[in-house]
Amino acid sequence: MSELVDVRLTVNGTRFALRLEPRRTLLDAIRDECGLTGTHMGCEHGVCGACTVLFDGDPVRACLIFAVQAEGSLVRTVEGLANGEELHPMQRAFIAHHGVQCGFCTPGFLMLATGILEKEPDIGDEELLEVLSSNLCRCTGYQGILAAVRAALAEAREAKQ
Amino acid sequence: MKPAPFAYYRPATIEDAVRLIADLAPHDGRVLAGGQSLVPIMAFRLARPAHLVDINRVAGLDGLVARDGKLRIGARVRHAAFHHHVADGPLGAMLRHVVRHIAHYPIRLRGTFCGSLAHADPAAEWGVVAAVMDAELVLVSTRGERRLGAQDFFRGAMETALAPDELLAEVRLPVLPEGSRFGFAEFSRRAGDYALAMALVVLRLDGGVIAAPRIGLGGAEAAPRRIDAAEAVLRGEAPGDAVFRAAAAAAAAATLPLEDPETNAQYRRELVGAMVYRALNQACAGGAVA
Repeated sequence: MSELVDVRLTVNGTRFALRLEPRRTLLDAIRDECGLTGTHMGCEHGVCGACTVLFDGDPVRACLIFAVQAEGSLVRTVEGLANGEELHPMQRAFIAHHGVQCGFCTPGFLMLATGILEKEPDIGDEELLEVLSSNLCRCTGYQGILAAVRAALAEAREAKQ
Repeated sequence: MKPAPFAYYRPATIEDAVRLIADLAPHDGRVLAGGQSLVPIMAFRLARPAHLVDINRVAGLDGLVARDGKLRIGARVRHAAFHHHVADGPLGAMLRHVVRHIAHYPIRLRGTFCGSLAHADPAAEWGVVAAVMDAELVLVSTRGERRLGAQDFFRGAMETALAPDELLAEVRLPVLPEGSRFGFAEFSRRAGDYALAMALVVLRLDGGVIAAPRIGLGGAEAAPRRIDAAEAVLRGEAPGDAVFRAAAAAAAAATLPLEDPETNAQYRRELVGAMVYRALNQACAGGAVA
């Protein structure tokens, strides 16, 4: 066990003051210290994308950032998507287009897709395919996820016009 | 798995960073930049550094500017910066094309250009770019600054000329002259996976013949490098299928292939030939001019 360090970060608008070992990842902190278990732990080495969260607005692998590096950062997880009982447009699109099957990869895909929706709303379809290949899903065959994200992006574009 | 324990340092200046690196390197200290290669290696416990010096908040390492004919890339510049326009002309277009082959989007938002070179994975796209462009690497330590060409920097798989107490602070790429063309091809088993072979070609067409050809390989050998024998085949020749095939064959013959249980030397050589051939076709096709 190494010396503990203090980390202050904001997750879904709530401030947390944590004290943990530097080797604990942001994923460990979100699940074990903040108690937000919606972010899933898959491979823990950056391959599967189940732990994708928005880190200062960027969709990143929470297992590849140490929690101590998140000092002063704004983190958003799947628990922060819905507004009370009202689901986020991306969540609604995943339901409408059957982007969910067993649900294990879903929080990661939702955060990846929400990151794209916010950072690159005008992304081309070829690039979108490449981005969605970042995360693994072993159930859906990806077609439902792809349809959901396309629909959410289209809805956002229409709303802007 | 979880990484082994380590002590963490977050310097704010280059001076503090290199002093920490100098103090801690003899005690198994390492630099942490994007962490997209180092953290997985630590999770597998293939690396167990006792100290990590996080350079993510070091001032002055985030520069990405073209000046005096060179694009200067600071140690904190992430792959995703190259999704956008970073340099005029063919160099910017080439970087924007190559970056899409690196891992996946979330990885590109964190991983850094300089970190990729310092890590020196044989399958790294930026390693080939550095080799083909004869990049200049700026290494800093408490002993001062030195500059190395890419050909002197890469020593082998995960091996470089970077001393334990040095930080790769900046990489400089020469801006390509107008009219330069490029082609890039890589083969990997899955999208975003490590490439088994890749080829980057940069050349000009001057009066109907190939001028200043540069051909670099990655993934196939222990370290990225230019292949003189293949460049020589192209120089002064009119572009065409026969000359592309001859250059591809020369590159394949010159390759010192990495081997693993699934990939024997002959297979890697054939991949090299195919990648060079595809990259040359791209570079010389009408649409590939930047």
